[in-house]
Amino acid sequence: MKRETGRYKTFTRRSAMLVGGQGLLLSALVGRLYYLQVVRSEEYRMLADENRISLRLLAPPRGLIVDRYGQVVAGNMQNYRVLLVPEQAKRTGEKLTVSADRTLVVLSKLIPLDDFQRQKVLREVGRKREFVPINVAENLTWEDFSRINVHAPDLPGILPDVGETRQYPLGPILAHVVGYVAPVADTDTIDDPLLELPGFRIGRSGVERKADRTLRGKAGSSHVEVNAHGRVIRELKRVAGHPGREVTITIDAQLQEFATNRMGAESAGAAVIDISNGDVLALVSTPSFDPTQFAFGLSRDEWNTLVNNPRKPLLNKAVTGQYPPGSTFKMMVALAALENGAIHTGHRVFCPGHTVLGDRKFHCWKKGGHGELTLTEGIEQSCDVFFYDVARRVGIDKIAEMATRFGLGSTPDLGLGTERPGLIPTADWKFKRTGERWQAGETLVAGIGQGFILTTPLQLAAMTGMVANGGIRITPRLIVPPDEAERASVRPDLVLDPEADPRSLKISAGSMAAVREGMVRVVNSARGTAYAARIRDKGFEMAGKSGTAQVRGISVAERDEGLPAIDTIPWEQRDHALFVGFAPMAAPRYACAVVVEHGGGGSSVSGPMVRDILLQVQKLDSGRKLRRQVADVAPPKG
Amino acid sequence: MSLNALTKVELTLGQKIASINWGLVLLLSATTSFGLLVLYSLAGGATDTWVMKQSIRFALGFSAMIIIALIDIRIWLNLAYVGYGVALVLLVAVDAVGFTSMGAQRWIDIGVISLQPSEMMKVALVLALARYFHEHTLEEAQRIRWLMVPAAMVLAPAALVLVQPDLGTAALLLLAGATLCFLAGVRLWIFGLLFALAAASVPFGWQFLHDYQKDRILTFLDPERDPLGAGYHILQSKIALGAGGIFGRGFREGTQSHLSFLPEMQTDFIFTTLAEEFGMVGGLSLLGLYCCILAYGMAIALRSRNHFGRLVAMGIGTTFFCYVFINIAMVTGLLPVVGVPLPLISYGGTAMVTLLAGFGLVISVYVHRDIRIPRRPGGPVS
Repeated sequence: MKRETGRYKTFTRRSAMLVGGQGLLLSALVGRLYYLQVVRSEEYRMLADENRISLRLLAPPRGLIVDRYGQVVAGNMQNYRVLLVPEQAKRTGEKLTVSADRTLVVLSKLIPLDDFQRQKVLREVGRKREFVPINVAENLTWEDFSRINVHAPDLPGILPDVGETRQYPLGPILAHVVGYVAPVADTDTIDDPLLELPGFRIGRSGVERKADRTLRGKAGSSHVEVNAHGRVIRELKRVAGHPGREVTITIDAQLQEFATNRMGAESAGAAVIDISNGDVLALVSTPSFDPTQFAFGLSRDEWNTLVNNPRKPLLNKAVTGQYPPGSTFKMMVALAALENGAIHTGHRVFCPGHTVLGDRKFHCWKKGGHGELTLTEGIEQSCDVFFYDVARRVGIDKIAEMATRFGLGSTPDLGLGTERPGLIPTADWKFKRTGERWQAGETLVAGIGQGFILTTPLQLAAMTGMVANGGIRITPRLIVPPDEAERASVRPDLVLDPEADPRSLKISAGSMAAVREGMVRVVNSARGTAYAARIRDKGFEMAGKSGTAQVRGISVAERDEGLPAIDTIPWEQRDHALFVGFAPMAAPRYACAVVVEHGGGGSSVSGPMVRDILLQVQKLDSGRKLRRQVADVAPPKG
Repeated sequence: MSLNALTKVELTLGQKIASINWGLVLLLSATTSFGLLVLYSLAGGATDTWVMKQSIRFALGFSAMIIIALIDIRIWLNLAYVGYGVALVLLVAVDAVGFTSMGAQRWIDIGVISLQPSEMMKVALVLALARYFHEHTLEEAQRIRWLMVPAAMVLAPAALVLVQPDLGTAALLLLAGATLCFLAGVRLWIFGLLFALAAASVPFGWQFLHDYQKDRILTFLDPERDPLGAGYHILQSKIALGAGGIFGRGFREGTQSHLSFLPEMQTDFIFTTLAEEFGMVGGLSLLGLYCCILAYGMAIALRSRNHFGRLVAMGIGTTFFCYVFINIAMVTGLLPVVGVPLPLISYGGTAMVTLLAGFGLVISVYVHRDIRIPRRPGGPVS
């Protein structure tokens, strides 16, 4: 009994200790719950929301690019596609791929879908989570797409969907200007969450690249509740984004199309400028490429074909191609000499067919020589000997100074990123570059626009425009600022007053008049080099200057034997054919320059092109003052 | 006096049923209902996912509990060693023929039903130790030589469970064994010594742990170590608890559990869902129910006139407490993650049946509280 009492006492005491211990531990649990559920509750509530709420970006539609009249040159096309959601195709107790395949077999009776594509989709079904939509087919026709919609009940798991892809109605015609969009590359800096969207495309060249920010717009977002596997349960909130804004360019799509077609199969660059404000009305480079292809991604073969083509379709020859200006440079030489007093407007030179400097003989293009010529005649007949003489009198540095005033040798900024400065050499430049002194003979060569001098078609068009407008600086522009977009099509009445204009190049009216007179006669005088390319329509006449730029030296032997016929020379060795012009002759408004690579004679090949383009731009001008007038009309086929 | 006592406490079946502690039965049922409510929410309002099965298990367990409660306590005393022996044999067998479920060998398939011997052992160990200390005097219990047998009785099943591997059950067995030794009067310095020895052997024992066990312990020490891997469970669990706040997110509104961020939400981590949806108020209510159940067990132990009954009631009560504490401490990040269910709430049959059977014994102790049992069979009633 005593023992039993001792045992019971110990048991009671120890039970009390045990219960005390349990009480302490339970208090610890209560404290822990208080800490987690009261003290840190807010923080954990936030983490729980972060867990379940996922932000989905909604891609805004990309802004349109329109020409000066509002015609769409880069738009968005609805991309009809079919997606497959495997879990919706699934029948209970069946393997996912079996169900998906059955649906695809039904689908392949409605739209073209070969075995290869089907296998590709099925592989993806096996790889992805069962609620992730898989792209089955893209760019379906409306007929195919509606057929799928009609048969939707027989196609479990098939989700017809409308996406957007970039479309270029003019296709290759404006490819170098508008540029193209392409998928985001690894090298792009991701500074906008939009870039992380699968399938998102950014402007990769041309205006698409330059105005990408404007065109891109701002992403909208959708707050969705997701579970731990990422499946969307429901949408909680939606924030609308801003669609991309429209961008207007100065190009006249109709003129652009006309000019491109006029170039034909030639490898050429051309620019048309409104000389009153520098608007680039056309900027042509042939051959071209199809920018729509870039949005979908090029195959290796397609890419190689483009890159290896000797006529360089990817190069924008109008702003990137740098060519010796040839005789089109003679206006600069004449102006330099006149303005520096090296010659006066009555200056005369006798051309025997060549001139001699030291022990070197410099030939005129006309073998027998021109005889005695005035300045206007020298321009009219493009006499080389005349300009050898003038260049020698004024010197290279003065010529360079004048050329620079007209924008040659500096990079025009159209926003394309591919514009090149060309090259206007000086004695200093040569010394710095080669360590050799400038040779007098090099001045003579520069006098006829050969040697080191390089220019782009855009620069030549602007230069010509400045000659035409009496010496007022032209800054070419391509992208119209948003606040001017509505007025882009309205041409202000042209009032050019070189004396008062702040953009004046400060060249005397007399010198300008003499040079312009020469250019008028190039085209309109029977003795002019481009008389055949004159505009016969009354009031639309043009003035201009031809140029033929050698790309290789002519040996003495060849000169003695007579120059070979053009079709016997390999294409790469033929002369570049240049022509610059402005119109209308009486009250100039438009300037145009065309360079045909290895085209042969400037006056015979490029002259007629400039003629047709300048005539077309004048005809298009009349009665087309309203914006959007042509926007509703079906865009021309690319 | 002894004769008188013996005759006085021979009860009829009616008397037994009348003296069942219905308050405790009610508390157990209430707690289970709370668990069913949470399972109903977790299943998204469906009853066929978990609720029905769990209800059937409760009904089975409940019946077992009542039957066990009505069986004479002396029969349980006599069966104690046999039961222990059977459980131990099954534990050995499970290593040989048991199949692996959830990465651990815990189950044995005996044709019709799957059996988890380690669960059986939890009750069997308490009974066997209670009988042992019932049959030994306090003086004996205080001597080391008399402690060899109970020590072996605890360590053998604990070791067998540990190799399965089931750290949680091993810990529960050790704790139950220690509790009974403690209540029997084993000297306190022995516990101190054992604790010191255990602490010293930690670095040694570390290398015997499975990788996932090491992982759990490392994760416990530094939960942010691997937030998407081993630390994921406990991190998501804490987020759910914290997001629940004081009043909870509302019945069936817990985002963490309904969007599958919580792991094993219907079993070991069910407390998280409960506390996310019903908040701290819900968590404390459950703890309140548990405290009441523990208090009943305690009162029954103190009321019993036989040492075996006292030890059984207190042993079962403490085991129950260990379940509660380890589980909640685990999901709140106070202890490493070990597989211990939340008693009466977690989905799962074996634990439910084991616990109800255990409480059947506790009630049996209450029903037969006035029976005095001699230390030795046929010996004098002490």
